[in-house]
Amino acid sequence: MSVLSLKDVHITYHTAAGGVPAVRGVDIEVAKGEVLGLAGESGCGKSTIAGAILRLLPSKTKVEGSITLDGEDILSMKLGRLRAVRWTGASIVFQGAMHALNPVQRVGDQIGEAITVHNQAGEREAKVRVGSLLEQVGLPTRRAADYPHELSGGQKQRVMIAMALACNPSLIIADEPTTALDVMVQAQVLRLMKDLQRDLGLSMVFITHDLSVLVETSDRLAIMYAGKIVEEGPATAVFEDPKHPYTAALAAAFPQIGDLRFRGNPTGLGGDPPDPQEIPSGCPFHPRCPAAFADCQRTVPELYTAGAGRRAACLLVEGAHTGAAEVAE
Amino acid sequence: MQTPPITPGGDPNLTGERIPDSLAEVRSPRQIRRARRRRALSTFWAQYRKSKMGMAGLIILAFFAAVAIFAVLASKDGLDPTLVEGPRLASPSTTYPLGTDSFGVSVLTQVIQGSKISLLVGLVASVMSIAIGALVGIVAGYRGGTYDTLLMRFTDFGLVVPWLALAIILASIIGPSLITIILVIGLTSWPGTARLVRSQVLSVRERPYVERARALGGGNWHMIAHHVLPNVMPVILANAVLVVAIAILSETALSFLGLGDPFSFSWGGIIESAFNGHATTLGAWWWIGPPGICIVLVVLAFTMIGFALDEIINPKLRER
Repeated sequence: MSVLSLKDVHITYHTAAGGVPAVRGVDIEVAKGEVLGLAGESGCGKSTIAGAILRLLPSKTKVEGSITLDGEDILSMKLGRLRAVRWTGASIVFQGAMHALNPVQRVGDQIGEAITVHNQAGEREAKVRVGSLLEQVGLPTRRAADYPHELSGGQKQRVMIAMALACNPSLIIADEPTTALDVMVQAQVLRLMKDLQRDLGLSMVFITHDLSVLVETSDRLAIMYAGKIVEEGPATAVFEDPKHPYTAALAAAFPQIGDLRFRGNPTGLGGDPPDPQEIPSGCPFHPRCPAAFADCQRTVPELYTAGAGRRAACLLVEGAHTGAAEVAE
Repeated sequence: MQTPPITPGGDPNLTGERIPDSLAEVRSPRQIRRARRRRALSTFWAQYRKSKMGMAGLIILAFFAAVAIFAVLASKDGLDPTLVEGPRLASPSTTYPLGTDSFGVSVLTQVIQGSKISLLVGLVASVMSIAIGALVGIVAGYRGGTYDTLLMRFTDFGLVVPWLALAIILASIIGPSLITIILVIGLTSWPGTARLVRSQVLSVRERPYVERARALGGGNWHMIAHHVLPNVMPVILANAVLVVAIAILSETALSFLGLGDPFSFSWGGIIESAFNGHATTLGAWWWIGPPGICIVLVVLAFTMIGFALDEIINPKLRER
């Protein structure tokens, strides 16, 4: 049974300039004990999906489709039930741990906050649990008495991870958990998350723009572009043999240190992601696509089967389009 | 030399992050916490001490606080015109350091007894004013929308209504007494605090840790009590000191207008009776002068402390 299931989810933000469609029809399944990596550029809708799972988006935002967590429909939930499900059903490791911690409270109290809010334990029991959570994330118990400013960036992110584990949720959403950290600390935090995931059998949605991070941590990858999933499949397969030109560009954007092919030859993708209010016709990626051909401007590609357990939304995928031979290059 | 930190969770060096450890000995968490609190207080005090203005204010205030405590302990017999035997309207002498009033009561005794009432009214009224102001500000800022609009228009109304006129009306409805004065000041001086607190709440509300608390399943009450209030507290406290100064001045004004308790002596009350007793035309400067100077000094002391606190709490004002 899947822990999280999103079916045809559309999310439209409400602004003074009209509705902004941030997510346009996304299907996601996360099985028990599975890690799904969600990748894409800034503004492609990754964090919007994270917010929608716990209904944390601004109240005027329109969310359509269905989101089920542990078989319960999130979107039709009453507020009281929703508050009970928050953190016990799914928790979030926020991006930027330095801001997600209250500067005037001890970190131990903030981790304990999750436990006491849900009445899972009394003050004293919560303290014991906080101690063991801190040890689990590799911090000494006495750090519970520290204020956030007394911790380093990596330590703060560890506190956030401990907090996410506090109520034994069935799903953990990691929203760019390593973005603000330097590379060394980033590697440590990632290893910690991977170890915890394996040891505790956690189900996770891991959101980042860094594809190389996802390959290490995820079982499956879903690549998003302009509010849609453009490719999905097993992590290594997607990274090593991308079927969608966008995935290929993302994968190539992170140079391998020591690899001669990348030396003095940075690769990147020109242009910017499209304005959600002015999505290009046909395939939304065609203006930036190195392999675009005439039909790309007219046909909106669906997710076509592209090998074992893989799907990609590109007309170049074998059998997707009869005119595939007319490739421009 | 760094001593190896005590880590039940394994060697911290495995995590690659150095854990700074200034606490060389093994101590219980409570001791560590106490030591931290003491350190925080001492750094605050060190910063405060640098402000000459703040120190001057503190010394003046300490003096008047001591006087008020003395007044509470001292006998009040010296205030009763039927019991005193002093000469009427005597100028300052060794027996009566500040002279006497038209009933032969020592002005010094009056001023000492007055300090008690003036400080009491000032403190109680400002606690009330700050409680109302903080509540209105937090609800308006946190809930936003209709609540914000309604509460803020009400606050604006409170700001533009001439408070003295309102105070006189309220006092005449409830009748002159000490409680009336406290109520009147408390109910008319909160709008400034409300505005200030609201603006701070608007900024705190948008911080990521508030969103985190919401994701955690916290309700509105939890979020206000645990996250919003502690973060607006410094602003409330720095403002509180200034509100006390205003409250004491207001008390003086109301007492001078005869709206105070006729049976208790406050500095404003002394000035009122001096005025009614023609102290000015009779040249009895010792009767009307000292209470006035006391008011100025106390208000000045609170204002100076307020500025000094503001400088510490608001880093933009801090000298580098």
